[in-house]
Amino acid sequence: MSYLAALDLSISFGGIRAVDDVSFDVEEGEVFAIIGPNGAGKTTLFNLVSGIYSPDGGSVRFAGRDITSLPAHRIAPLGLARTFQNIELFEHATVLQNLLIGRHVHRRSMALSHLLFLPAVRREELEHRRRVEDVIDLLELAHHREQRIANLPYGVRKVVEVGRALCLEPKLLLLDEPTSGLNPEESEDMGFWIEDINRDLGVTVVMVAHDMGLVSRVAGRVLALSEGRVIAEGSPAEVQKNPAVVDAYLGAD
Amino acid sequence: MRFLFKTHYNQDIDHLKHGGDRFWYGLLLVLVAAAPAALGTFYLGELNLVMIYAIAGVGLMLLVGYTGQVSLGHAAFLAIGAYTHSLLLGAGLPFLLSIVAAVLVSALVGAGVGWIALRMTGIYLAIATLAFAMLTEQTISRAEWLTGGFRGLAVPQASLFGMPLTQGWQHYYVTLTLLVLTLLAALNILRSSTGRAMVAIRDSEISAESVGINLAVYKTFAFALSAGITGLAGALFAHRLGYLSPDAFTFLISLQLLLMVVVGGVGSMRGVIYGALFIGFLPQLLAIARDTLPPRIAQAPGLEPGIFGLILVLVILFEPQGIFGRWLKIKSYFQLFPLYRRATHRRQKTYLRTERLR
Repeated sequence: MSYLAALDLSISFGGIRAVDDVSFDVEEGEVFAIIGPNGAGKTTLFNLVSGIYSPDGGSVRFAGRDITSLPAHRIAPLGLARTFQNIELFEHATVLQNLLIGRHVHRRSMALSHLLFLPAVRREELEHRRRVEDVIDLLELAHHREQRIANLPYGVRKVVEVGRALCLEPKLLLLDEPTSGLNPEESEDMGFWIEDINRDLGVTVVMVAHDMGLVSRVAGRVLALSEGRVIAEGSPAEVQKNPAVVDAYLGAD
Repeated sequence: MRFLFKTHYNQDIDHLKHGGDRFWYGLLLVLVAAAPAALGTFYLGELNLVMIYAIAGVGLMLLVGYTGQVSLGHAAFLAIGAYTHSLLLGAGLPFLLSIVAAVLVSALVGAGVGWIALRMTGIYLAIATLAFAMLTEQTISRAEWLTGGFRGLAVPQASLFGMPLTQGWQHYYVTLTLLVLTLLAALNILRSSTGRAMVAIRDSEISAESVGINLAVYKTFAFALSAGITGLAGALFAHRLGYLSPDAFTFLISLQLLLMVVVGGVGSMRGVIYGALFIGFLPQLLAIARDTLPPRIAQAPGLEPGIFGLILVLVILFEPQGIFGRWLKIKSYFQLFPLYRRATHRRQKTYLRTERLR
């Protein structure tokens, strides 16, 4: 039984089948990439897996559990974290607060004890802060800790979003285009971090990517989508040479 | 400019971050505690009203400024708090117990409204809460067997620890104590995971969900908390009015509460206090100004709401962060002197977000 398994996932918006009978398996500990031209259904697939949408058909299993019909806020505590293609950070909060919000699934105290801020709540807050500082160290965000997101450049926001996902201490991380809009240097840093997260923290990574350089460097296996369907699966080199993939990107001759 | 050398995470958690904070807030507390000795009955009463507004403002700020849910119906919770308190006091319940009951009843109704309004946002939520306020006003005026309808309801004399509350200064100290406790509770919520969840919902519902925040639970909780605190203000407001009738809790009161939050500075607890001072003392300033203005302008009908509206428009146009935002700018001007640049506080553009999922 694989770690994350999607079976025959489908969803339609109006008359368009955005995702059409897509199945794939991700093994524990690997880096799995999903590629495809614009509108292939990659982000929709992520939204299905993370519970933002519920599928019209098919199922998703994660760590031996059926999560198909669970809402997003019930999936996150199981150890599945995600980022967004267009960055969905909490704009008017600081980097530190954003990362602390990522600790939400690890809270232990109740809202009523927060009114009084009992000693147990303070101990919990200190624990959260220590864990958040570990992430800040890993992603080199110390310099921006007290900054509001609204004042940060785009590249840093991308990193903060990965940081917030890491604060959940996930077992599986879904990265939606982690390098889109980044300059070559920032992209390379992101590549190293993805490797670190996978190797040192033991987090399984599934990412949507356009950047084939990044995919060949970090991903073990690649799934290619086009118009909501799977057109190829295999190692980065195999998929890049696959005629169906070349067709999808460049058009048939 | 102050540079803080932090050696422990507790320093980021504490309410008072450094010696300066402790000194100024301590001084403020001493001053407001000593106010009854220095102020006459009239101004003491006005200050009492300002603090009642401030309590209601804390409630509304938690909802509007921190959870991002607009409410145009908070006068209803003020009314529910006031009527519950007066009725229970009349039934012989002790003052403190009846206040607690007023808070709980308002919170319960707030939770109900929040739960019903879960799927609504923005302008639709504003309309729904407005409708709820109208409904409450109507219910109070029709339920004559309970509330006396438009004949009104006399607020019974309260007594605390066997001492009847008759003097202005007694009410002043009760309100002051409850305001301080309310502020502390609100700030405690804001520095814990519950408050962060509220901020998360305000800024991005979709990513709040994806970090495991149950939107329904936290939105309902925010409504209940906000309504409960506003109900507390309502209970105190009842003593100020002395006589309750439905037309004391009209739409204009809801609007005034919202104005207070916006003028003070959305998203800051200090803004609530500034806003309350503004709302509380503006009518006095207008009254004074009236004496010097030519009678044709001074006696014009609707002068007061007109000026309130004008101020609201000007604040939203030129200082969206309200009085608190202006204060931050003035402070950094002096801290950075002579290096301050206007661009420091310029609003940054939000990066385009195309992915609208709901």
